[in-house]
Amino acid sequence: MHPATSLILFTTLSGLGFGLLIFLGLGMPPVTGWVAFAFFAIAYALAVGGLLSSVFHLGHPERALKAFTQWRSSWLSREAWAASGVLSVMAVFGAGLVFAGERIAPLGWLGALGAAGTVLATSMIYAQLKTVPRWNHWSTPSLFLLHAVAGGALLAGQSAAAILLLVILGTFQLWVWSDGDVRFERSSTTLATATRLTGGALRAFEQPHTGPNYLTREMIHVVGRRHARKLRAIGLSLAVILPAAILALLPFSHALAGIAVLSHIAGSLVNRWLFFAEAEHVVGLYYGQR
Amino acid sequence: MHSQPDLDTSPRVSDEIRRTTCYMCACRCGINVHMKKGEIAYIEGNRDHPVNKGVLCGKGAAGIMQHTAPSRLRAPLKRVGPRGSGAFEEITWDEALETATGWLKPLRESDPKRFAFFTGRDQSQSFTGYWAQAFGTPNFAAHGGFCSVNMAAGGIYTMGGAFWEFGEPDWDHTKLFLLFGVAEDHSSNPIKIGLGKLKARGAKVIGINPIRSGYNAVADDWYGITPGTDGLFILSLVHCLLEAGKIDLDYLARYTNAPCLVNMDESGNEFGLILKDDDGRDLVWDANENRPRCFDKPDVKPDLAATWRHAGVTHKPVFHLIAERYLAEEYAPETVASTVGIPAPRIRALAAELADVAFNQAIEIKQPWTDFRGQTHETMVGRPVSMHAMRGISAHANGFQTCRALHLLQILLGAVETPGSFRFKPPYPKPPEAHPKPHADARAGEPLGGPHLGYPLGPEHLCIEDDGTPQRIDKAYTWENPMSAHGLMHMVISNAAAGDPYKIDTLMLYMANMAWNSSMNTAQTMAMLTAKDENGEYKIPHIIYSDSYSSEMVAYADLILPDTTYLERHDCISLLDRPISDAERAADAIRWPVVEPDRDVRAFQSVLCDLGHRLGLPGFVAPGGGPAFADYAGYITNHERRPGVGPLSGWRLAEDGSETDGRGLPNSEQIDRYIENGGFWTAEIPDNAQFYKPWNQAYQNWSVDIGLVDAPAPYTFNLYSEPLRRFQLAAEGKGPRQPPEHLRDRILTELDPLPIWRPTGTDADDGFPVHALTQRPMAMYHSWGTQNAWLRQIHGANPLYVPTKIWKAHGFSDGDWAQVTSPHGEITVPVAHMAALNENTVWTWNAIGKRKGAWALDPDAPEATKGFLLNHLIHELLPPKGDGLRWSNSDPVTGQAAWFDLKVKIKKVSAPRESKPALPTIHSPVPKAPETVARKTDA
Amino acid sequence: MTSLPTRTDKQLGLVIDLDICVGCHACVTACKGWNTENYGAPLGDDDPYGAEPVGSFLNRIHSYEVQPEDGTAQLIHFPKSCLHCADAPCVTVCPTGASYKRVEDGIVLVNESDCIGCGLCAWACPYGAREMDPVENVMKKCTLCVDRIYNDNLPEDDRVPACVRTCPTGARAFGDLADPDSAVSQSVAARGGLELMPEQGTAPVNRYLPPREKDSNVLAPLLEPIAEEPRGFLVWLDKTLDRIG
Ligand SMILES: Nc1nc2c(c(=O)[nH]1)N[C@H]1C(S)=C(S)[C@@H](COP(=O)(O)OP(=O)(O)OC[C@H]3O[C@@H](n4cnc5c(=O)[nH]c(N)nc54)[C@H](O)[C@@H]3O)O[C@H]1N2
Ligand SMILES: Nc1nc2c(c(=O)[nH]1)N[C@H]1C(S)=C(S)[C@@H](COP(=O)(O)OP(=O)(O)OC[C@H]3O[C@@H](n4cnc5c(=O)[nH]c(N)nc54)[C@H](O)[C@@H]3O)O[C@H]1N2
Ligand code: SF4
Ligand code: SF4
Ligand code: SF4
Ligand code: SF4
Ligand code: SF4
Ligand SMILES: [Mo]
Repeated sequence: MHPATSLILFTTLSGLGFGLLIFLGLGMPPVTGWVAFAFFAIAYALAVGGLLSSVFHLGHPERALKAFTQWRSSWLSREAWAASGVLSVMAVFGAGLVFAGERIAPLGWLGALGAAGTVLATSMIYAQLKTVPRWNHWSTPSLFLLHAVAGGALLAGQSAAAILLLVILGTFQLWVWSDGDVRFERSSTTLATATRLTGGALRAFEQPHTGPNYLTREMIHVVGRRHARKLRAIGLSLAVILPAAILALLPFSHALAGIAVLSHIAGSLVNRWLFFAEAEHVVGLYYGQR
Repeated sequence: MHSQPDLDTSPRVSDEIRRTTCYMCACRCGINVHMKKGEIAYIEGNRDHPVNKGVLCGKGAAGIMQHTAPSRLRAPLKRVGPRGSGAFEEITWDEALETATGWLKPLRESDPKRFAFFTGRDQSQSFTGYWAQAFGTPNFAAHGGFCSVNMAAGGIYTMGGAFWEFGEPDWDHTKLFLLFGVAEDHSSNPIKIGLGKLKARGAKVIGINPIRSGYNAVADDWYGITPGTDGLFILSLVHCLLEAGKIDLDYLARYTNAPCLVNMDESGNEFGLILKDDDGRDLVWDANENRPRCFDKPDVKPDLAATWRHAGVTHKPVFHLIAERYLAEEYAPETVASTVGIPAPRIRALAAELADVAFNQAIEIKQPWTDFRGQTHETMVGRPVSMHAMRGISAHANGFQTCRALHLLQILLGAVETPGSFRFKPPYPKPPEAHPKPHADARAGEPLGGPHLGYPLGPEHLCIEDDGTPQRIDKAYTWENPMSAHGLMHMVISNAAAGDPYKIDTLMLYMANMAWNSSMNTAQTMAMLTAKDENGEYKIPHIIYSDSYSSEMVAYADLILPDTTYLERHDCISLLDRPISDAERAADAIRWPVVEPDRDVRAFQSVLCDLGHRLGLPGFVAPGGGPAFADYAGYITNHERRPGVGPLSGWRLAEDGSETDGRGLPNSEQIDRYIENGGFWTAEIPDNAQFYKPWNQAYQNWSVDIGLVDAPAPYTFNLYSEPLRRFQLAAEGKGPRQPPEHLRDRILTELDPLPIWRPTGTDADDGFPVHALTQRPMAMYHSWGTQNAWLRQIHGANPLYVPTKIWKAHGFSDGDWAQVTSPHGEITVPVAHMAALNENTVWTWNAIGKRKGAWALDPDAPEATKGFLLNHLIHELLPPKGDGLRWSNSDPVTGQAAWFDLKVKIKKVSAPRESKPALPTIHSPVPKAPETVARKTDA
Repeated sequence: MTSLPTRTDKQLGLVIDLDICVGCHACVTACKGWNTENYGAPLGDDDPYGAEPVGSFLNRIHSYEVQPEDGTAQLIHFPKSCLHCADAPCVTVCPTGASYKRVEDGIVLVNESDCIGCGLCAWACPYGAREMDPVENVMKKCTLCVDRIYNDNLPEDDRVPACVRTCPTGARAFGDLADPDSAVSQSVAARGGLELMPEQGTAPVNRYLPPREKDSNVLAPLLEPIAEEPRGFLVWLDKTLDRIG
């Protein structure tokens, strides 16, 4: 699939934002006043920033509100509801902490739950697609959630939790990559089922049109194997290994923590790029490309 | 839970429908042009139209994008930069027409042949020819000489009709259909509709073609023949059928010259000619009276076997010669298999299939009819085997004889003009004798003695001076190509630039992209168009060109006469020319302006009427001295070619002033009648005249009634072609007109009165082992579809398709490029793999490649950067043979350009920035094209 | 609303005959022409005269080659437009309700004024039957010419999709595939019409009639020679002529 910047930013940043909100909702760290304000500011900046960039992906941003209507059937719609729900609940909860120094715990738990739900909803937009075997798998929501909580822990300064979650994230990501590589073949969809042609070796001949079209641009993106391996290594080191190492091996300092966070964000962006770029849509079969 | 918006499922479709004729190609389908607010909104097929019955092809439905193309010229242009630069300035029509008159008038008064006028894709040749005849130049022809004259000539000399647009299979009855060398053809929609009918009836379709795409892809059987070898393949089928006696003896005896008696006296001047009676009519052996009698005597029973010895001279029936020749071993499947690339058993199997369908599955229509001998037949017996062929046969240097071989095969099976077989479309059948003879006798200030083009019956009809020099600039009708019935447009520019046979002053071209895809040897053609003599003058001093669009050719003219689009002008698709008739009816049609031009352009034919008047051409000046025709519509309505016969046959005026069909006086309301009728006119052929047309009294009389001919002229098919034999006699030293020495042998071998096959092109061992072909894309018309925003998305670039064997041998993979070399040139192009392809053949789509700067495309358009032409590899002359002569790359009988004799070698190379040769960008005479298109008429 | 109707009264769709499609693209431009002038925004073209023209088309003609173990390869032209799936994933993913399936005939449509151009429906379609319009930025797809098939302003025989009306070979048929007696259902039954990507569970309505067997070497018995060389032939000729004479 075409790795659109808007979607990479959207899923990565909002994921982190909501990840942080999970921890803040659970009172980790138990902040109030201006410190709380700072934490919430970061969380909202990330979450809202991500959501905004998703709007830029739309052909008609001015109609974005219509996306709230189909919560019964559409994960994108549910995501919109969840996100705005969480943001309003957490606004009240945060206001309590900042201005009244009051912590309305149930609200916080509710918000944390909602934040997790939002991340799930986002991931389901991709996981639901039978047309993209690499995504169409339980590991997609798990991966999104792991990214969110690991990043959240990191941002929330929960070093111990962060180290643990990062290690889990790293191992899981490795497995997802290797398993993802064979999912297209595992899915029963082939050029033969796509065309139902029989009688010999089957291959796509001429493209319908000699030029590109929306589908070839949107769904067909080829990443070289070697290129991918390099990027996976970079993504993993930046998102997991480096931050975990800093937290585990070096004495704590805000500067170092900052580096760990930035490294994680950078790595996550790389991994998200791969998430899209490596995903193959079955329509590619019709075009003799994947 | 579900809910859905309300939807208006009956929106207004249009304010008005204007019915005219499509011109996105030469098929001439009827179209309904839907108008909204006076603008063209949508184009669909006209269900009532005889050609397309409502359907459209991919091009036709995209006509709206042709009409709105940014490449459309806006006003007359005068060249301001050097020729070829594309630098022009827009001028007024008055200046344009005065300039043209200034160039042409002196030529007409001094030496008319110094003006040459050649036309391309137009369909007004009976008009442009009439104009050129009035001017008095011998140098007129349309593009048929490089297109498919082999099909026309091969067919007309053999059976007075032809493939191409002159006949069609009996789609409703045929059970076995053989398609030779066709990718698309002019009858684009009729062939598709026909194939649909065959499939629906479960009739069998066989494709004989090196490439299995399009029609050949849906064929039930495919014979991936080696290019250029069809003649041998066909004659091998003939061999098998003769060997088995599976031939229609009755048909041959009655309707062909198989029983005609041939003079066998080698020493005599009549050697090889058919025995004639005193008024020069063919004699056959009459089995009833056991004596030679005229073939058309009412009670004659022509005998196919009897020979007659008289006054010491043996006369053999043609059929003897046929049997003797084709039963020979050289035509046995086992002998030809390796050459044609088809195993002997498959050839024998096909012969068996032909025989089975023709004779075991014969059909009979209960319809009495009377033949030209006066015999009445209770039924019409049919051999349901039909064939069609086009440029895969004709675009080879052996195409004329191969085409004759194919007709021989059809005729042996009794499969021409019988139910279920191949049928002629009016004005055909029309034997060579009934066609005019060529005229080339130019006289200062005088019109030409007769029409330029025709069908020579012997050396006496050649267009040469007494010393043998050609009278025409294209050297048509000379010993080099005696039967060049459509002229040789592909030789005009090189001959004119070389001043051979003489210099000309002004070349006028119409609707032909001669500086690009329409020429062989493209790069050098551009050089010839810009070549200067020792005093720095252009070797072709003046070039006038009419185009509607910013084509490559525009840049090479000095004066551009911008034409309208097909939706803005009157046109006439006439029975005098290339009508829209089918086998069951005569039909003609018009175009009319469904919208007025929105710019300063004029219909070229109307411009010719104006020019004709300014030049004072006979027929174009009214008695009062004014113009005879205000515009082309005026000509269409009022011109009479013969008394009572005009460009259009519908709604003419009877003596009593009532409207009548066929013959009649001009009718000022004729065009309105056509418009009311959907833009066309038809005359149904009576049931008893539907088949056996050349011999059918009812048909002969009907064709006189509607004015196709002035008197019945039944004839028999020329399996043995006497005109060819007459040229051979000359080559044998007999007769007053003698060919030059270096051509005697060639004429003797090539102009054989019975079909032969000769290998063409360079031999594989010259180092160019691979055949290279082009095909028409169904969704693109030559160069002119490219400016069409919809069509160019379908065909915006063209790879060279390479068969599996060569693909593997060179280790090609997707995205690779290859250098392709012919004895003449070299190109570097992208390649793609194709398995359903003859293993020694590569091919590409025709005319997709474009010159940078043309057609209002960005210079970096894929057509220019990835697209390419094979034409750079094809030369109008063959490589030197060491005999000190340069033989032309064309058929020795007709001069047809041999596009498909091209042989190449191919080599893998690293991908260049763009395909080569990459010629410099030409300056565009039209403004830059828009960034996006999203057109809705009423929005 | 993007929930699918539980059932539709009809299942209108196309049946495409791969044995006769010659790949002429007539249906492609007829479709483009009709749908540019009618339903919704015009089908736009970006960079129409430039280096990378990209326009929206609702119907495109693919082509495939089949190479048998032994024997000649075959080429199949393969038209593809929306298959109007009974279980259309493109509908259920739509967040705005712009995509919907009609109860009365099963046609799947996009209500352009509700479309935010998120592209999710195109991702959900396994067949590549949806294209974002490059100029209007709304989702485009085959409408089954819903504005023709019921249109009182068109003559009766023209109330079929533009692509069906124009197809020169008759490779495209339109009808109700829910009605076993309809002509389309009949031909599907007779020719073994197939669904594309059944495993995707979209339950497409359109069907494809597979190509008939080609290059079958079941042929008439070879011909019996009556003569090997010319002389023998002429003897035969005399005999035969007497017979028919
Ligand atoms: N869409 C569209 N239609 C057109 C045109 C167009 O440009 N576009 N052009 C029009 C014009 S001007 C013409 S002349 C006609 C020509 O119509 P066609 O006769 O169809 O001409 P080509 O497309 O050149 O196809 C030639 C076919 O012959 C095959 N062939 C080549 N060599 C051999 C051979 O030796 N033996 C056999 N058996 N086959 C061979 C090629 O593979 C190809 O399939 O089309 C007309 N119709
Ligand atoms: N390699 C290769 N070359 C070939 C062939 C091949 O098979 N292979 N085929 C050959 C054959 S058979 C032919 S017929 C030629 C065809 O080649 P051309 O006859 O050159 O056909 P086009 O490329 O269509 O060029 C016709 C010109 O007419 C212009 N035109 C279009 N509409 C109008 C109009 O309404 N009025 C006027 N005044 N002009 C108009 C177009 O803009 C274009 O410049 O190509 C030949 N060239
Ligand atoms: S075949 Fe197509 S382009 Fe040619 S006249 Fe018919 S509709 Fe027009
Ligand atoms: S119009 Fe008919 S034959 Fe042509 S491509 Fe479409 S379906 Fe095939
Ligand atoms: S083909 Fe694609 S767009 Fe059409 S209904 Fe099925 S899933 Fe939806
Ligand atoms: S692009 Fe339009 S139709 Fe498709 S899912 Fe998004 S909103 Fe719905
Ligand atoms: S049914 Fe209508 S919209 Fe669908 S492909 Fe055919 S023409 Fe296009
Ligand atoms: Mo042609």
